[in-house]
Amino acid sequence: MSLVESLQDTLRDAAATGTPLSIHAGGSKSFYGRPVTGTGFSVAEYTGIIDYSPTELVISARAGTPLSELESALAKENQMLPFEPPHFGPGATLGGTIACGFSGPRRPYTGAARDFVLGITCLNGRGERLRFGGQVMKNVAGYDLSRTLTGSLGTLAVLLDISLKVLPRPETELTLCHEVSAEQALQQLNTWASQPLPLSGGCYSEGQLRVRLSGFEQGVQAAARQLGGEELADADGFWRDLREQRLGFFQDERPLWRVSVPPAAAALALEAGELIDWGGAQRWLKTTLPTQTLRDAAVRAGGHATCFHGGNREDVFHPLDPAIKALHQRLKASFDPAGILNPGRMYSGI
Amino acid sequence: MSDTTIIDLLRERLPTECVLSEAEDLRPYECDGLSAYRRLPMVVVIPQTLEQVQTTLKLCAQNAVAVVARGAGTGLSGGALPLSDGVLLSMARFNRILGIDTANRTARVQPGVTNLSISKAAAPHGLYYAPDPSSQIACSIGGNVAENAGGVHCLKYGLTVHNIQQLEVLTIDGEHLTIGSQALDSPGYDLLALMTGSEGLLGVITEITVKLLPLPETAQVVLAAFASVEAAGAAVTATIANGIIPAGLELLDNPAIRAVEQFVHAGYPEDAAAILLCELDGTGADVAAQIERVDQVFRAAGATELRVSRDEQERQRFWAGRKAAFPAMGRLSPDYYCMDGTIPRKHLSRVLAEIDRMSTEYGLPICNVFHAGDGNLHPLILYDANRPGELERTEELGGKILELCVAVGGTITGEHGVGMEKINQMCVQFNTEELTQLHAVKAAFDPQGLLNPGKAIPTLHRCAEFGAMHVHHGQLPHPELERF
Repeated sequence: MSLVESLQDTLRDAAATGTPLSIHAGGSKSFYGRPVTGTGFSVAEYTGIIDYSPTELVISARAGTPLSELESALAKENQMLPFEPPHFGPGATLGGTIACGFSGPRRPYTGAARDFVLGITCLNGRGERLRFGGQVMKNVAGYDLSRTLTGSLGTLAVLLDISLKVLPRPETELTLCHEVSAEQALQQLNTWASQPLPLSGGCYSEGQLRVRLSGFEQGVQAAARQLGGEELADADGFWRDLREQRLGFFQDERPLWRVSVPPAAAALALEAGELIDWGGAQRWLKTTLPTQTLRDAAVRAGGHATCFHGGNREDVFHPLDPAIKALHQRLKASFDPAGILNPGRMYSGI
Repeated sequence: MSDTTIIDLLRERLPTECVLSEAEDLRPYECDGLSAYRRLPMVVVIPQTLEQVQTTLKLCAQNAVAVVARGAGTGLSGGALPLSDGVLLSMARFNRILGIDTANRTARVQPGVTNLSISKAAAPHGLYYAPDPSSQIACSIGGNVAENAGGVHCLKYGLTVHNIQQLEVLTIDGEHLTIGSQALDSPGYDLLALMTGSEGLLGVITEITVKLLPLPETAQVVLAAFASVEAAGAAVTATIANGIIPAGLELLDNPAIRAVEQFVHAGYPEDAAAILLCELDGTGADVAAQIERVDQVFRAAGATELRVSRDEQERQRFWAGRKAAFPAMGRLSPDYYCMDGTIPRKHLSRVLAEIDRMSTEYGLPICNVFHAGDGNLHPLILYDANRPGELERTEELGGKILELCVAVGGTITGEHGVGMEKINQMCVQFNTEELTQLHAVKAAFDPQGLLNPGKAIPTLHRCAEFGAMHVHHGQLPHPELERF
């Protein structure tokens, strides 16, 4: 029996007996979301790159493939995952990355994980193997379920094979630093973002605005002259540490909150440490403020708040509007009628 | 209930001018951009307010009457083809741009606003809306979302799904949903992706927040001629291998070049087997660097002629030919039929050769104009609907081309949607379990199945009749069934 067939068998048995399953691979993102009580269901053994043709700009791999393996294969061809996903540990796999839908600093300028997902083969809660999307750049046949599965935290289906669009690595990158206030940083980031500049990162923390430029040598140099500021020496290290939450800001025992807001929203000005990423659209807070205070502040700013790390793990994601919540429940039931796939990881009852 | 009852109910609740039911008033709604398929709706509703849309949907849900939503009617797959016992809901009067947020670089628009008018409204702020379907002067943004429309520039800037942030939607029960957010993401499932390209089967879009991008400082087009389509295809591959993602990369084959030249005199070399139009955009320095590189790549790939647009006027002229390709076909042939498959680019030569062979077999000429950079083919089959049987043979040939696209690992539709047109080929691309899952997703939104029924996702029964359930990477089915 093939590995996939045995995974299908396990799913069918679990569906028949109503046994909840807790899906995992490398375990690097097990901190994220609500806790799941269920039998372990591992896709860690389901590994390997299935197809990679650099000139097609597409890579397809199995869910358990280590993210680092994928990135090395791409680097050899001078290509990259354009959404710059965080690993959060050496065990990071492709499946976990897509199931969580995490994107790094390049996100506002290049796109999110879901933007680069071209196709997914998955197992739904009935153990059926389903393929949506494909390996081509443009595909509008059927609902866009491969993007819907991205970020669904394994609550709709077990991801098996994933095809992603990849991009050439920029010829040149450099990062410029400016000493400014948070207000000035937000204003500057959004002014620059409305100009045709080769931006690929924009972060503000502790009085320092850091802006990354990526592209062809001449274009990047011309933009650097326009922006001015000090060039950052170990820029790659900085963006990697930001992505992996290893900067000093993150070294703090308090819960870590992620507030997603329109990029030009004013600084949240709460009693909390605040790091601005994604050119203003993602705010990281280290705080013990009550959940409701943070959610209210996020809503006032036009966004939503997630308790990313630590804190109350029962109440992680921003509550859904009742009509949207009901739709989530019906969608969940359409994929997983027995409710066995990561139940409750995202919301109670989903 | 009888037909007159729902019309009566609609007339009772809506202003007189919002409800059309006389045959001559229904005529303009009998088809969309795929004019080969025509059918009169039972009644047309043209609401002016959100409450009127809600009232219409609630009445339809209560009386189990089907609803087909329509934007500008420029779709190419029959997605807005009416139902003779259903309501055709025209969103044409929702035609206002509600606001442009320059700080956050978004625009809030109603669904009936045309694609191009968003960019026009954003231009004074140095911004634009990137997806640019060929019909952008006429097509509506609501229809673009429903079809996940692409365009010439989606190689670099993505499809509609990559360029919108929030939707206001009404369900068939008239319930209001906000999907997505003003931030870059929202909690829960990615319903924004699910709604985009759902072809009016899940909800009716009443408002859209689109992303705006900074207008590029400059853009230039390289026009390159090649002695064979294969050489042009290889040049596309080499461009990408060299780390360049052009803003647009289009290929025209010789029949298309000649048709276009007679029509618009874009200055294309008529003796070339194929030409590539490669647009580079960005800052002046960036574009200059890319052009230098593309020039080298195209020369190495055997370009027989290379021209770079010297000014905006020349750039527009180079594009004029590409943009006029479809109307140019209208002069060559009484009718033409535009296909929309996408393939992995590595199979380009093989697929084009096979299309050429099929064209000979069917005795129907085919021109190829397509988005070469992302492998999205648009073979145009030339035919004459007045010759008995020719439309049917054209459809059959079209179906075979799509099945060929699936057989090489591609898809039956890259950007035009399934609609009515490719409903049978869906049975080739998806198996029973996949189709069942797609129907289950639909039922989560629309349990009665009243929104645009019969489009986009075929019933299992239809696939059984079509006799070609998911033939994958093997023998291709030969559909003999008529579509209606």
